[in-house]
Amino acid sequence: MSNTWGVAAVLVVALGTVLIGTYGLRVSRTTSDFYVASRTVSPWWNASAIGGEYLSAASFVGVAGLIFARGPDMLWFPVGYTVGYLVLLTMVAAPLRRSGAYTLPDFAEARFASRSVRAVASMIALGIGWLYLLPQFQGAGLTLHTVTGAPTWVGALVVAVVVTANVMAGGMRSITFVQAFQYWLKLTAIAVPAAFLLLAWKAHGTVDLTGPQLPVFHEQTTVTFENTTTVTAEREVVVSGSGVVDGQRHDGPGLMMTQGGHTIEAGSRLDFPAGAAVPHVSTIASNTNASWALPMSSGERFPLYAVYSLMIATFLGTMGLPHVIVRFYTNPNGRAARRTTLIVLGLLGVFYLLPPLYGALGRIYTPELLMTGNTDAVVLVLPSRMIDGLGGQLLGALVAGGAFAAFLSTSSGLMVSLAGVLSQDVLRLGGVRGFRMSTVLAVLVPLGMTLLVSGMPVADMVGLAFAVAASSLCPLLLLGIWSTRITTAGAVAGMIAGGGPALLAGLVTILADTGDSWYHVLLARPAAWTVPLGFAVMYVVSLLTPRRRPAGTNQVMVRLHAPENLGLESSEDRA
Amino acid sequence: MSERAEPRRAAQRVVVTSPRTHSARTHRPYAAIPVMDEQSELGALYMRSLIKAQRRLGLLVCAVVCGGLALLPLLFTLAPSLGGQRVLGLHLPWVLLGVLVFPVVVLAGWFYVRQAERGEREFADLVERP
Repeated sequence: MSNTWGVAAVLVVALGTVLIGTYGLRVSRTTSDFYVASRTVSPWWNASAIGGEYLSAASFVGVAGLIFARGPDMLWFPVGYTVGYLVLLTMVAAPLRRSGAYTLPDFAEARFASRSVRAVASMIALGIGWLYLLPQFQGAGLTLHTVTGAPTWVGALVVAVVVTANVMAGGMRSITFVQAFQYWLKLTAIAVPAAFLLLAWKAHGTVDLTGPQLPVFHEQTTVTFENTTTVTAEREVVVSGSGVVDGQRHDGPGLMMTQGGHTIEAGSRLDFPAGAAVPHVSTIASNTNASWALPMSSGERFPLYAVYSLMIATFLGTMGLPHVIVRFYTNPNGRAARRTTLIVLGLLGVFYLLPPLYGALGRIYTPELLMTGNTDAVVLVLPSRMIDGLGGQLLGALVAGGAFAAFLSTSSGLMVSLAGVLSQDVLRLGGVRGFRMSTVLAVLVPLGMTLLVSGMPVADMVGLAFAVAASSLCPLLLLGIWSTRITTAGAVAGMIAGGGPALLAGLVTILADTGDSWYHVLLARPAAWTVPLGFAVMYVVSLLTPRRRPAGTNQVMVRLHAPENLGLESSEDRA
Repeated sequence: MSERAEPRRAAQRVVVTSPRTHSARTHRPYAAIPVMDEQSELGALYMRSLIKAQRRLGLLVCAVVCGGLALLPLLFTLAPSLGGQRVLGLHLPWVLLGVLVFPVVVLAGWFYVRQAERGEREFADLVERP
């Protein structure tokens, strides 16, 4: 794959981010300007900014990759990411904005007037943030690897350095404009190539995407194996090339891969003839293109449980993500917060129409990714594969740039939230210096973890962060906003009872290989049991400890729910 | 505010990681309308009814949309032939989950915003009535 243009696009995006960050530093004014400016942002700008920050590695590369490998069950990811905002809109947006909270720990303190509730919320926000940063770094590594062939840790390091430098310089965060621009950049970067891909697909004779055959090599394809890979061949295939297959060194033409499982050692390069059925990684279910297009075809052991657990995690988890909440503070009041969220729903809906297209076209044009297991790369590889010459390279560069923008914007948002939590609640260091130290700490932990992580799909890992948020901070928000009965003891117990197991399950799936065991799905998709647990414990413990109900709950409730049109000076106008 | 009183110190950077919740909390925003004073029984009653109405509206919209979506995996499992149906050349699950769900969600959101704002207007009319 030719890569000059791709490298150029990634460089432009990274440099642009740094430049805008330093430029933003120049025009940054006083603290009060920061607050006041927050009231002059229109819902459209704000919504674009939220979209820009929200569409992460999981949305840009992960969703298409999962659909490509596992079929329409994975459409629940984009659906869940969007419906999560509907739940946020209907249950949380306006009251949260009226609470005046800037971060989730702030909300916890404002609602419960308790340092301990705040402390637990901070810890959990930190855990979610780190869990969410990990796939961003991983996705960046993958992108840079696909574009340049550099080892995966390079991309992770690049994103980490750019984002840390930028956050420490004070850029990004206060500049709604940058995030808003990022949304439109990402939409362009995925929509324009998609249009050309559709045209190319028509020009190639509108190949049936869901035909009855197994995925086959569209043309003669050389596949390089970077890791030792176990594949299953559905049909026997004769390949040439060099490498170690099933422990046997092989060079030259005429290697017969019989039907069944084979182990291909790292460093092998094999040529597959056009029209041969593609062997697939043993973790991906065997499907013809027709059976792949049907629901429940992903080969998971409990597909119905997995789907429902994913729905619960994404529907309820969105509201608990640290970088999502912060964005609501830039709305002038609760009413604007609602309108902003409504626009966000539209923006996300438009974006999510596109990734499935890449997933489906990938079955025809980049089936070898099923064999290397590098399915997240499908968005990045497709343009240059389907369109020859300079055009394809430029489109590929556009996609790579967009993907990099996705990692940078989401990581920046997360990093600011995490550094804020760390400096305020953990290190207890105020001022610019404390914030900078916290930024470094905030980036080192997930960066270190990327070294330990196995090749888990990006969107799956993000799903785990959603599950933790849905089981801990979601009960805190929903019950805290809508019930006066919740006590400080209940809030703390509920967050720990729901978030603790979810976080633990997430870490176990990420760091250990639970593979085929029956409980794998319970750990990889914990939301279906941890969310009810969190809600139940929070409510029941609250009923058992009525004396611990915070004083002034009623005043807080008035502040959360009283509409702005009372013609009074309301809390948000004083910001 | 002190920052505004000393424009010359603008060069000094201040990290903003949280709102001034403290000043927000010491302020009583709704004391200007007697009925909204938290001491007033009537105000508390009005407030409770508003919260209840808004909660019901939010839960209703969520229940309709999420409940409707939650039926789909069950349907596809119980009636696998549904998954193979084609609409406009695409399989039904792809049309539903890949395309149709998004306008439906936006529509539901629009309905919610309209109803919630109407509820708040009616509430304001109620408490501001002389």
